[in-house]
Amino acid sequence: MYADLMRCFNWTECMLIVLCSLLKELKECAGRVFVDSQPEFCLPERELLDLSTVDVILISNYHCMMALPYITEHTGFSGTVYATEPTFQIGRLLMEELVTFMERVPKAQSATCWKNKEIQRMLPGPLKDAVDVWSWKRCYSMQEVNSALSKVQLVGYSQKVELFGAVQVTPLSSGYSLGSSNWIIQSHYEKVSYVSGSSLLTTHPQPMDQSSLKNSDVLILTGLTQIPTANPDGMLGEFCSNLAMTIRAGGNVLVPCYSSGVIYDLLECLYQFMDSANLGTTPFYFISPVANSSLEFSQIFAEWLCQNKQSKVYLPEPPFPHAELIQTNKLKHYPSIHGEFSSEFRQPCVVFTGHPSLRFGDVVHFMELWGKSSLNTIIFTEPDFSYLDALAPYQPLAMKCVYCPIDTRLNFHQVSKLLKEVQPLHVVCPEQYTQPPPAQSHRSDLMLELQPPPMAYRRCSVLGLPFRRRYERIQLQPELAKALVPSEIKPGISVATVSAVLQSKDNKHVLQPVPKPTPVPPSKKRKRLMEEVPELLSPKPLLSGSIPLDAFLASLHKSGITEVKVEETADGHILHLQAEDALIQLEEDATHIVCDNNEPLRTALRDLVLRFLQKL
Amino acid sequence: MPDIKVTPLGAGQDVGRSCILVSVGGKNIMLDCGMHMGYNDDRRFPDFSYITQNGRLTDFLDCVIISHFHLDHCGALPYMSEMVGYDGPIYMTHPTKAICPILLEDFRKITVDKKGETNFFTSQMIKDCMKKVVPLNLHQTVQVDDELEIKAYYAGHVLGAAMVLIKVGSESVVYTGDYNMTPDRHLGAAWIDKCRPDILISESTYATTIRDSKRCRERDFLKKVHETIERGGKVLIPVFALGRAQELCILLETFWYRMNLKAPIYFSTGLTEKANHYYKLFITWTNQKIRKTFVQRNMFEFKHIKAFDRSYADNPGPMVVFATPGMLHAGQSLQIFKKWAGNEKNMVIMPGYCVQGTVGHKILNGQKKLEMEGRATLEVKLQVEYMSFSAHADAKGIMQLIRMAEPRNMLLVHGEAKKMEFLKDKIEQEFSISCYMPANGETTTVTTNPSVPVDISLNLLKREMALGGPLPDPKKPRTMHGTLIMKDSSLRLVSPEQALKELGLSEHQLRFTCRVHLQDPHSDSDTLSRIYSHLKSVLKGYAVQHLPDGTVMVESIVLKVSSSGEDPNLKVILLSWSYQVNVENFLATVSLFWIRVIMQL
Repeated sequence: MYADLMRCFNWTECMLIVLCSLLKELKECAGRVFVDSQPEFCLPERELLDLSTVDVILISNYHCMMALPYITEHTGFSGTVYATEPTFQIGRLLMEELVTFMERVPKAQSATCWKNKEIQRMLPGPLKDAVDVWSWKRCYSMQEVNSALSKVQLVGYSQKVELFGAVQVTPLSSGYSLGSSNWIIQSHYEKVSYVSGSSLLTTHPQPMDQSSLKNSDVLILTGLTQIPTANPDGMLGEFCSNLAMTIRAGGNVLVPCYSSGVIYDLLECLYQFMDSANLGTTPFYFISPVANSSLEFSQIFAEWLCQNKQSKVYLPEPPFPHAELIQTNKLKHYPSIHGEFSSEFRQPCVVFTGHPSLRFGDVVHFMELWGKSSLNTIIFTEPDFSYLDALAPYQPLAMKCVYCPIDTRLNFHQVSKLLKEVQPLHVVCPEQYTQPPPAQSHRSDLMLELQPPPMAYRRCSVLGLPFRRRYERIQLQPELAKALVPSEIKPGISVATVSAVLQSKDNKHVLQPVPKPTPVPPSKKRKRLMEEVPELLSPKPLLSGSIPLDAFLASLHKSGITEVKVEETADGHILHLQAEDALIQLEEDATHIVCDNNEPLRTALRDLVLRFLQKL
Repeated sequence: MPDIKVTPLGAGQDVGRSCILVSVGGKNIMLDCGMHMGYNDDRRFPDFSYITQNGRLTDFLDCVIISHFHLDHCGALPYMSEMVGYDGPIYMTHPTKAICPILLEDFRKITVDKKGETNFFTSQMIKDCMKKVVPLNLHQTVQVDDELEIKAYYAGHVLGAAMVLIKVGSESVVYTGDYNMTPDRHLGAAWIDKCRPDILISESTYATTIRDSKRCRERDFLKKVHETIERGGKVLIPVFALGRAQELCILLETFWYRMNLKAPIYFSTGLTEKANHYYKLFITWTNQKIRKTFVQRNMFEFKHIKAFDRSYADNPGPMVVFATPGMLHAGQSLQIFKKWAGNEKNMVIMPGYCVQGTVGHKILNGQKKLEMEGRATLEVKLQVEYMSFSAHADAKGIMQLIRMAEPRNMLLVHGEAKKMEFLKDKIEQEFSISCYMPANGETTTVTTNPSVPVDISLNLLKREMALGGPLPDPKKPRTMHGTLIMKDSSLRLVSPEQALKELGLSEHQLRFTCRVHLQDPHSDSDTLSRIYSHLKSVLKGYAVQHLPDGTVMVESIVLKVSSSGEDPNLKVILLSWSYQVNVENFLATVSLFWIRVIMQL
């Protein structure tokens, strides 16, 4: 009775504690429920494979490496990461920025109560629909970033990197961002292309290398545009006109963006636009802990830029016009809103700052500062986050919202043209690309339609790639090659039997001539019969062809065998060698020599027969 | 047997007008196309008539590769491409492509405008020539055509200097251009992977020198500059606008800052500003330290170093002037030299190699009276110092590069014959490889022995590797057997069975049967049983089977017993086996042995 009471009491106490902390975790805003917590990140799948067995990680572009520390640190990973220098440098900046954002607003704890299955079930969407919430992780530290980056090996476009002698990987320009790459993974006979985050538009990076993708057995396709219905050029126009409208009305413009990438193009576009729109005096502010580095780094990667920008370096001039914007004080950059910025900034102005999710970073301050005035405008250009979700916790908002997502990556139309061009035997892609987006199920133009249909994968599915490896490269040593005796079997086709010693080292194979046997010193005591079995003798070749009777008889005659009685059988002939008391049975595909225990005779007959046959 | 041929048109047992022809796998490549600083006549340029007597070179060359922007490596390029005639691709790195036309234009101006030479290439020709340039990135494999591929490596000699690997099939050549194996204040060290080229063509400027540490040389340099300044003298440092100049500027800049010195430092030409700009934009080509810190502090923004004006040369008081060109053969450095040479308080520091015939070379050899144009003589009273700052590998560095690349043959260019001889001996001794040092116009032929690449069927390879066991046993090499099918240009190695199948041939069975007669009173089946049990006990480790159809099988050899109709005691033993069974001797031995045993029963 007492115990029951205690149990009851305990239970309610537990529940109360949970409820209390849950209430602390959850916040309501304009009818939606949010979790108030240290930001957490959803990681790539880690359960499916043992990361310590991964030898190599290939990085496509700097947006695709943000989870690298989660993969390379504390997982037993001991392989190599390959990336181009711009990807490495800018990737480092973006990770550094993320870490700085997190460190600026430390929260003691991550919210965990809501993750309880029983509780999560009761929460409104999208919280209740979130999957794998327990695998979400807090941000890594700078130390982990540095350790992860120390595993990166830098490569250049079209550099052939040998992996364990077995395959070769090569990054190709993908045209999407500075240093962005598609990868070719190939052996002498098979070629797999990994196409991720590619662009055919002319922006600042080097154009996409399409021709090197030809003759792929398998092309893995991912990283297509997230907004297939938006035309980047149109969006850019809209961006400029909205910006001009706001500034003219005396309002400020907030552009939440990443610190590298489209921002370079936006600045270049504005550089031309502002003067023509008679807004030349409007200041631009770029606020990020890595703003300066990002702007500086963009100017030193001439080799990775489009032709147009490359040729500027030859003059020598900086490839991007933002150098001039900085020089003329039109563009100013600050590590944060604190310090110099707060005393220097003038309104109306345009502010570029992160993070585009609006959940952390300096952008949060500007939301609070400018959100209440309808004169101001926030323009979303990054396609990674839903702008409605991003804005939700700030509601109600008076400021105007404009959504101009600029995603330069391939759309379905461009992809099908590209695939027609490079003609891979098979295409592998995420399942989403094989059907129209759920919200626009009638748009059959927003999916991949290929013959044969692409092989689709979804998270955690394992696909076998549809090719069979048949051949491997082997080197015949010149001495061996010279000793071969080819014979023509059919017009244009010759064969030679090869007997050689196989040497395999680091997945490279070499055939060497068989070494001459070292003469065994004659031992007095006769060795046991067993040990004499010659294991080293090369195996006999296969035989092919047939033996013409007349010619064979003639050659028997020549070797002194004259008394031959020929008997015709159903399948051929039987030759009786009268004097030698031997039989030779000749058929189309078979010869049988029967004789007494007379070794010299048998050998002589064998050699005669072999003269008429081809050896393989 | 395939050959690789190497012919220097310049830089063969000499420094200057580097131009080396390489012929490999049917491809002809020109490496560098330089001019000679020591000559003003025809010898200034390589002798292109060696390639062809009549006209254009396009048909004779597959590509031209320029290692770096120094004029002794690219000075003849517009002459070659526009005046002799070449329309094929010219490869160079981005920084070289950027800087090379500026130096060429400079060179043209000095030659045509100042010396009044005619029949020289024009500005337009330089522009047209540069249009034929294809930029190279480090480590990128560039496919010149289907067979010829080239790859550039970092050489560390000047901004954008590259070594290049040339490959046709399995034959390859590495050309180093000029390189430096120790990082300096602005550039990194040369590096190459173990590419095992058939020939490594290396410069050998400092073939016999082993230089002391860079730190010592830097301290010496600063001390000498400082002393001269202290006693009110002027220091002239003739340099090329790009390269050593930047290194020494960084050195003096930090020294001036540390010692709080006030004497002015000038840099002569208008090129400097531009030059420093190139360094800023191509910062990825500089050394690790500069690259790491460039966002915070760009090493190429100098506070103490100002632009020079001609009139400053007559200013009283101490000063340091960097002036171009580096060998005192023309231009501003020579003008300043003439002004300052008469005063023993002044000093000229030659920070690099000087080609024979230049004023630089003469004064370094101690010449005190110089004949100038117009029969005037110039007395040299100022102090002349030589500081080896030019970024060439020394003997130690050259050996280090050989260890890195592991070439099968070595070929020396860009050095003096006597010094080369010494290094050649050293290389041949230490690495036991042949080392060549052809003179200009002399061809070195190296026979290569390439192995033949063949496609082996994976089935065959896997089968053989499995038979070989997990670890190869060097004492017991395994022999594998396969059939090489040669069709068109493809070579495929497959198992004989697969070859038969692929070629649509049927196998021809060749069998042997051996009859042995002997007397045995037992029944046929008893005889067979006895044979079986006996063989079983003798042939341990072999499959000996007694089959129900009245045969005994030893591996694949079939044994049968029958008795003749007339004499039941006379048994005929038939041994039958196929040609492929590789045990004829073994079988014979067994039968004889066996017969002996039976007879004794």
